[in-house]
Amino acid sequence: MQQPVLPPEVQDLWVYLSASPLFHLTLTLAAFVLAQALFRRSGGSPLLNPVLLTVVMVVLVLLATGTDYRTYFQGAQFVHFLLGPVTVALAIPLYRQRAMLLRYAVPLVASLLIGSATAVISAVITVQMMGGRADTVSSMAPKSITAAVAMGVSEQIGGLPSLTAVLVMMTGVFGAVTAPALLRLCGITDPAAVGLAIGTASHGIGTARALQLGETCGAFSGLAMGLNAVATALLLPVLWHLAMNWL
Amino acid sequence: MLQSLTVLLLCQLAGEVLVRLLHLPVPGPVCGMVLLFAGFCLLGRIPDALARTADGMLANISLLFVPAGVGVMLHFDLIAADWAAIAVGIILSTTAGLILTALPMHLLRRRHAADPAASPGKEQP
Repeated sequence: MQQPVLPPEVQDLWVYLSASPLFHLTLTLAAFVLAQALFRRSGGSPLLNPVLLTVVMVVLVLLATGTDYRTYFQGAQFVHFLLGPVTVALAIPLYRQRAMLLRYAVPLVASLLIGSATAVISAVITVQMMGGRADTVSSMAPKSITAAVAMGVSEQIGGLPSLTAVLVMMTGVFGAVTAPALLRLCGITDPAAVGLAIGTASHGIGTARALQLGETCGAFSGLAMGLNAVATALLLPVLWHLAMNWL
Repeated sequence: MLQSLTVLLLCQLAGEVLVRLLHLPVPGPVCGMVLLFAGFCLLGRIPDALARTADGMLANISLLFVPAGVGVMLHFDLIAADWAAIAVGIILSTTAGLILTALPMHLLRRRHAADPAASPGKEQP
C-alpha cells in the first residue's frame, strides 16, 4: 500500500507512527532485545527477568506518549497471537521427557498434584481472606503455570487474562529467586525433587533458574512445568465451577 | 518451517474445534498440545523439521508474554487496591507450593527406590 508523503513536521510524523501497528510491534521487539541484553550482562539475575523489564519499558513509553492499550495492542497482537501455536509446541519438550515421566510416574504425578493444588488453593484463600476482589482472586488462581496456558484458564474462570500474565511473571520471579535457598533450608537437596518443585510452582522463569542448578534439576523442572500446565488447565476450570456452584 | 507451523496451527485449530464441540473447559491450545503429544506417541518420534521450528519458537517464548503483560496498565487501579493481598498471596502460595511439591517427591522417591517391585505406573499427562 502506498503511504502518503509525510509532511516534514515531527508532530505529523508522530501522528502517523503512533497509530501504526509497525511502531508498537517494533517497540515490543526492541524493548525485549534490550532487556535480554541487560539480563545477560547481569549474569542471568532472576530479578532482571526479561519479560518484567520489557513490560516496564513498554508501559513507560506508552504512558509517556499517552498511548492507550488498545492502540498498542493493534501492533502487539501479531506477537500475542503466537502464544497459541507455542502452547501446542510444548508437546515437543514433554514428549522428549517421556522416559523420565514413565520411570518416576507415581511419585512425580502424586507430588505434582499435591503441589499444584496447594499453590492454587493457598493463593485463592489468602487473597480472599485479605479482602481481594473477585477479579483478583480468579486471576490469581492459575498463577503458577506458564502464562500461555494461565491466561486461557483465567479467562475461563472469570479472571482478567492480562492481570494473570503479570501475576504469573511475579510468581516466576519470586520462585526463581527464593526456591534454591528455601528448599535447602527444608533439608531437600535431591535435584529431582528441587526441579519438580520449581517447575510446578514457578513455571518457565523458575525452569530457567533450575537449569542453572544442574541438568537433572532443569529437566525435572521443565517436565513439571509442562505437566502442571496440562493438569491445571484440565482440572482447575472444572473444580472452580463445581466450587462456585457449591458455595 | 512452513510445514511445521502449519502442523502446529492445525493442532491448535483441531483443539479449538474439539473444545467448542465437546464443551471442554480447557483452553483450545492445551487440547491441541495433547493432540500433538498423542500424535508423537502414535508416530513413535518427533519429526526433525517440527522439532527445529518448535525449539526456535520455545527459545523465545518469553517475548510472547509481553503484549499481555503490558495489559497491566489497564489494571493499575485493581493492583493498587489489592496490592497487599496480591503480594502476600504470591509469597505464601509460592512458598507453600514449592515445599509441598518437593517434600512428597523427596519422600516418595526414597520409598519407591527402596521397593524393588515398583514398576512404572500407568499415569499419563
